[in-house]
Amino acid sequence: MSEPLLATRALTKRFGGLTANSDVSLELRKGQVHALLGPNGAGKSTLINLLSGDLPVSSGRIVYRDRDITRLGPHQRSRIGIGRSYQKTNIFGPFSAFENCRLAAQSRQPRPWRIFSDAQAVPAVRRAAEAALEAAGLTAVADQPAASLSHGAQRQLEIAMVLATAPEVLLLDEPLAGMGADEAHRMVELLRKLGPDHAMLLVEHDMDAVFAVADVITVMVNGQVLESGPPAQIRASPAVRQAYLGDDDGPPGAEGAAAPRTGGAGGRPS
Amino acid sequence: MNRKRLALALSLLLLAAVPLAGSAYYTELVTKVMILAVFAMSLDLLVGYTGLVSLGHAASYGIGAYTLALVAPRYDPANLWLTLGEAVLAAGLASLVVGIFVVRVKGVYFLMVTLAFAQMFHFVFHDTDFGRGSDGVSISFKPDASIRGFTPFDLGKPVHAYYFVLVVLVLSYGFLRLLLRSPLGHALRGIKSNEHRMQSLGFPVLRYKLASFTIAGALGGLAGYLSAAQFGFVNPELFGWHQSGNVLLMLILGGLGSLTGGVVGAFAFVALQELFQALTIHWQLPFGLAIILLVVFLPGGLASLPARLRPPRPEGPFHV
Repeated sequence: MSEPLLATRALTKRFGGLTANSDVSLELRKGQVHALLGPNGAGKSTLINLLSGDLPVSSGRIVYRDRDITRLGPHQRSRIGIGRSYQKTNIFGPFSAFENCRLAAQSRQPRPWRIFSDAQAVPAVRRAAEAALEAAGLTAVADQPAASLSHGAQRQLEIAMVLATAPEVLLLDEPLAGMGADEAHRMVELLRKLGPDHAMLLVEHDMDAVFAVADVITVMVNGQVLESGPPAQIRASPAVRQAYLGDDDGPPGAEGAAAPRTGGAGGRPS
Repeated sequence: MNRKRLALALSLLLLAAVPLAGSAYYTELVTKVMILAVFAMSLDLLVGYTGLVSLGHAASYGIGAYTLALVAPRYDPANLWLTLGEAVLAAGLASLVVGIFVVRVKGVYFLMVTLAFAQMFHFVFHDTDFGRGSDGVSISFKPDASIRGFTPFDLGKPVHAYYFVLVVLVLSYGFLRLLLRSPLGHALRGIKSNEHRMQSLGFPVLRYKLASFTIAGALGGLAGYLSAAQFGFVNPELFGWHQSGNVLLMLILGGLGSLTGGVVGAFAFVALQELFQALTIHWQLPFGLAIILLVVFLPGGLASLPARLRPPRPEGPFHV
């Protein structure tokens, strides 16, 4: 197995008296899809926010390629190759889908201060934006204002913007939330395709999707890691079943596994 | 798009023709309006494109104006090109320093700290010997445009001054258009639209905001310089909060985020002022009322009027 790209050591986040993340240690490796499961309030989004720098940590360390990045701001983490998407769609509404991705790709341009050059005329940036739109299946709506896209397409754009920055680590916060069956199916395909070239942390409530793409699953409860391991181990774990899925159900991923989902259509091919 | 260019060309022709009418009053009045238009455009970069609503933009205007007053020799004309450069540099530098502090705060707090900084400048020039006190400073001679003995024009002649300011207006517009087309311009629009996402995409947002604040300040200084050169007089009121408020009003009247909005707004503002001043000594009452009505019934500003008069597009609400 390859060396971990991004790792946390005893990461803790407190909001006043509430401990949202307690002593969380996990490792993300290239070529591995690491899924994060847990009921609402387990601290999954908090962990992503700590990793992306959107929130400062209370204690513990974050290490990226042997470098301590605990104190780096969000834009610096993005620049070294950690890209994130948001659970609540966070795009540039008035801009076209293409401009959303072009802007994302522009952030990697070496000379941003050349104020007499044409932003639209940089071939490398255009190509990166087009490739990201293509990967997310948005080429057909590239010229439409992002705010006018369907909810599912906006979710795809959310991912496409991250891809346009060519990150090594992908932190994806519920990419399937609120998607219809077709869109979710396409997103799962995309996640599968991205898996081999990235280190991915995937927060997702859709069990079918998680078990379809994850190489490692970590289950969190009340801000703590309950169990971490390959899908088969998680599926069989009595502790996980007890804490998260309810005792008397079959294993997650089997039919009828009732995991909380945030909206969208039910059962789908995986 | 072509229609827009046509309108722009026609307006330019119209502006170029103003002095031909032969009215010294209107030549000087429109000169003043064009200076205000440069000032409003500079603020548009900040408010309309970066999303930073400043209530202290008069600080840059005042610094540009005072630079001419303070560096000009008492008994000789100042060199136009040299002092113009100095004014732009001084205003840009002051904005850079102030910007380092103010770009860290957001929203209404940004409004308040920019206002506070402008008031600080006001008091420095009002209450210290450095700014020669509350009475202001007279500039006895118009800046001299000579380059190595060759004098292309004479700012002492209103018509020459008029065309000089018109050229500055056009150049400022061109400069801002280029800037907005550049990666920096696109990043600034991105910051206005969604600062948080810009940051998470890897943009050092504070540095971009600082660049915007500095460039807007330098251009504001240019406008202030032109005003000092035209009137031959500066006083601390140039830094006043109503000066900052007025330019913001011009921008809102004309329309944010279109550059031409600032120009249209400056003309509308002064035209309304002239109109109501001719009608009544209590002109500020109808003037204020007219502005309120315009803002309420034309929230996109006067520059949005042509688009509003055209039939709406079928696609719906997303074509703004």
